[in-house]
Amino acid sequence: MTIFLQEYLPILIFIFIGLGIAIGMTLLSFIAGESKPDSEKLSAYECGFEAFDDARGRFDVRFYLVAILFIIFDLEVAFLFPWAISLGSIGLFGFWSMMIFLLILTIGFIYEWKKGALEWE
Amino acid sequence: MIIYSLTFYLFSTVAIFSALMVISAKNPVHSVLFLILSFVNAAGLFVLLGAEFLAMILVVVYVGAVAVLFLFVVMMLDINFVKLREGFLQYLPFGLLLGIVLIIELGILFLTKNFPDTSSFKEDYFSNFSNVENTKLIGSVLYTKYFFLFQVSGIILLVAMIGSITLTLRNKDRSKKQVISEQNTIKASKSIIKKQINLGEGI
Repeated sequence: MTIFLQEYLPILIFIFIGLGIAIGMTLLSFIAGESKPDSEKLSAYECGFEAFDDARGRFDVRFYLVAILFIIFDLEVAFLFPWAISLGSIGLFGFWSMMIFLLILTIGFIYEWKKGALEWE
Repeated sequence: MIIYSLTFYLFSTVAIFSALMVISAKNPVHSVLFLILSFVNAAGLFVLLGAEFLAMILVVVYVGAVAVLFLFVVMMLDINFVKLREGFLQYLPFGLLLGIVLIIELGILFLTKNFPDTSSFKEDYFSNFSNVENTKLIGSVLYTKYFFLFQVSGIILLVAMIGSITLTLRNKDRSKKQVISEQNTIKASKSIIKKQINLGEGI
């Protein structure tokens, strides 16, 4: 167990280095930097004219659809990793079990392609 | 071993803190960012347990995809911050009730179930599989022993795919797209009509 965790020690060290650099930079600029805010400096600047409305506009729902489809295929790929590693030991049954899984998702893929969900315009 | 305990306490403290910030941050975008921090710390805890595959999948799927999705939802809902606070007192008793029920359930589970001695369990676990990779262990049972559950997860993914398409896909004909071939083949006789108009009359 200790050997297993020792392999992750560099990552832990990197986490601490990253934390140190991030906190150090923020703190240093906070302490050493000059800061004289006034209402004009803090107001939103939009090419000379007053801001028309809130920056948080609504997105097109198609972005949402693309993100959902991405997650689904992301999960499908996540299932492929252990399968690829253990393919030698799980035999023909394991192989065809994955093929059925992929077939089910390919049906969905054909459906979304024909439906035009992947087309932007 | 002291490093192990220290990292465990670091990860769990930050995870609990960021989970608290998710529900108490005023800006919903900030709470989504705290959610990502919470997921990353949970992944760190998984690594400490020896479940490295789960940790990496947690980072890839939750942090990468679900957090982006949450951001999209937050952006799309057109959130009015003042309105969000309005119903707080109204929902407080119901939320409190749900929280208390959850705490009681966890307490019952914690008190009645006798957990095995964790120290010996850990030694046992790692001595059994010390030379087998975590991912390979999952792969050796997921596709054969848990065949049915695996296929059900595939069908759930299919249903999610079809559901999201039927819910959010709009008509393709909304956009005014050019058809180049039609534009090129058009004849002058089809688009221009000559008419003789007499004086004082319209068409």
